Amino acid sequence: MTSSTPGQRAGRFDMHPDGTASHGSRVLGSILLIAVAIFLIVALVASPPDGAGADAMGDMVRIMYVHVPVAIACYTAFMVTAFASAMYLWKRTEGWDCLAAASVEVGIVFTVLTLATGSIWGHTAWGTWWEWDPRLTSTALMFVMYLGYLALRRAVVDPQSRAKQAAVLGLISFINVPIVHYSVDWWRSLHQTATIGRLDPTIDGLKLFALLFGMVLALLLYAWLMLHRFRLQWVETQVEAKGLDTALAERRAEAVADGGVR
Amino acid sequence: MTNTTLRSVISDARLVAGKDLRLEWRSRVTLNQLLPFALLVLVLFAFALDPDRSVLKDATPGLFWLAVLFSTLLAIQRAFAVETVDGIIDALRISGLDPAGIFLGKAAGIALHLLVVEAALLVGVTVMYGASPSGLLLVVATSIAATAGLAAAGAVYGVLAAGLRVRDTLLPILWLPVVAPLLIGATQAFGSAYEKSSGAGWRWCGLLGAFAVLYTAIGFVAFEPLLEES
Amino acid sequence: MDPVVRFRAAVCLLGRFPALAGVDLDVNAGEIVLLQGPNGAGKTTLLRACAGLVKVAQGEASVLGVNLVDDPKAVRPLVGLLGHATGLYDDLSVSENIRFWTRAGGASLTDADNAMARLGLDGRLASVPVARLSAGQRRRSALAVLLARRPRLWLLDEPHAALDQAGRDLVDSLMVDAVNAGATVLFASHELDRAQEVADRSVHVVGGTTQPSGNVGHTSEAVEVD
Repeated sequence: MTSSTPGQRAGRFDMHPDGTASHGSRVLGSILLIAVAIFLIVALVASPPDGAGADAMGDMVRIMYVHVPVAIACYTAFMVTAFASAMYLWKRTEGWDCLAAASVEVGIVFTVLTLATGSIWGHTAWGTWWEWDPRLTSTALMFVMYLGYLALRRAVVDPQSRAKQAAVLGLISFINVPIVHYSVDWWRSLHQTATIGRLDPTIDGLKLFALLFGMVLALLLYAWLMLHRFRLQWVETQVEAKGLDTALAERRAEAVADGGVR
Repeated sequence: MTNTTLRSVISDARLVAGKDLRLEWRSRVTLNQLLPFALLVLVLFAFALDPDRSVLKDATPGLFWLAVLFSTLLAIQRAFAVETVDGIIDALRISGLDPAGIFLGKAAGIALHLLVVEAALLVGVTVMYGASPSGLLLVVATSIAATAGLAAAGAVYGVLAAGLRVRDTLLPILWLPVVAPLLIGATQAFGSAYEKSSGAGWRWCGLLGAFAVLYTAIGFVAFEPLLEES
Repeated sequence: MDPVVRFRAAVCLLGRFPALAGVDLDVNAGEIVLLQGPNGAGKTTLLRACAGLVKVAQGEASVLGVNLVDDPKAVRPLVGLLGHATGLYDDLSVSENIRFWTRAGGASLTDADNAMARLGLDGRLASVPVARLSAGQRRRSALAVLLARRPRLWLLDEPHAALDQAGRDLVDSLMVDAVNAGATVLFASHELDRAQEVADRSVHVVGGTTQPSGNVGHTSEAVEVD
């Protein structure tokens, strides 16, 4: 519950009259746009196809420059959620709750990208859109788990209850990620070895550069999306808090209307 | 945790579990609804897979645990439905019962109901699918370990969803992905128990036990804040 | 001596709705205090806040020396709350319910038996499942639970509702007995004639706020002035 006056709060809205952008996020966005263009040239044109060894991927290696970075971004997002959830349970301030919620939503986007790129890779490599690859399978389970997190947030009305329940769930879900991952891995290890995302460790030159470049880009993209999503979440809580002052005044006015005043 | 707190947690757990068993004795929900449901699922699997004995026999471990999983969902919903009517959640909060004790009691109650369901299912797959286990000890150990894990995770997610209007639809999507490792582990362990090669079976069984311990620990910590907000 | 209940500008939220919008309240040890006010005024929320079930979001609040803003849970074992709901398991019998909740609170089964006898539940009714009771019988059972727990502060939300003449008299005598045994009673009621007879004074709750309290007679006149 903030005790700031309505005037101050109106000022906060004035800071972003046309959305959630600020000068900094605009600069970051512009840099990202240019960087993505460069990345596409490096990944699709400049870097050579994979040609060494019997299980060489040829041009298919290029999808790895997207797939591996977005997978890393989605794990990062859920790690941030777990951290923010723990911080919320410790500090009980709504900023941490906003961070946890925003990071799950952005993480879901990256999870979908991970699943989509993995599936496309599988289609060319194995000839099927879905193979029970351990990583893809555990990512799919993680996807459903965090959809459940968002469903819980939607189902709870009280802001403080929602924050607390979501924080507990955010923490437990993150504990589940490695359990699900290793059990699925162990389950599938009996059947096959070829796994998406297992790159030749001796990869070098432009290929390595494209991969690292992709990773940096994906993390920056995550940060840029988070800036906007977090601000939106924050403004929403401020609107709720602004409603509280009005609601308190209205509630007290009932007493006057009722005639029980002295 | 000191010795006295642990003792009060256990006595609270016994009180809550005893109450749940008494509730079952009076209402017969598990006996009259859960058991028939579990056996019905076995029959439905046969319809879905053709009543070809060899297919059903091969798939027995997985089908058995799927039937258990679906029954567990109903058991969790029942276990927390009785606590969310007529102000009982409030009564629990001010009762003086230790939340960890309530968690342990609810989990134990769910686990006992599940063990009964599993015993019936075991007879069911033997009679209807013609599958008889060769490693009976592994079957029993797997059932106990998996049931403990299912019940502990069930009590955590059950209380999380308990107070919500959408609890019946939210619980499956929250809880099923979490217990997917249990389905994998229990199916694999049963697989080796039914195919006479017990080597990897015991390793999976150990994984199930570890899961149960982990979720019991999570329940001890998480049940209190979740009960508070449900 | 510190008051048993002390609220200063206390605000409680239900979701985003401020059910209590600034409550000032003092209840001293041994008092029977009546909360009166229209439906939706905040009486129930005030009682639940005293029981540590609703968080106090702003202001100060303490009950039996426990600070409700910092640690609302600590007050729970010390109070007894009879709300609109009865908190009983439908499929268990009256005596099973009362014994369960009594043991949960750490009291002895003798207390449970005494409470059942006091509320006239020790006969045929004891073994009847709660689902088959009338509304009034359910309330008696809930009162028995409360009595057996021997709370230091009784919080009763419309205790007279659904009860017959004998039941209402019984509630009144329970409140008097509780106070004589050293407890304090805070209750809400719409049955003003009866309630004002048993209460030492009354507090008017409107729009989530308390109006200055006087003794019973004066307050009831004040309500009619408009």
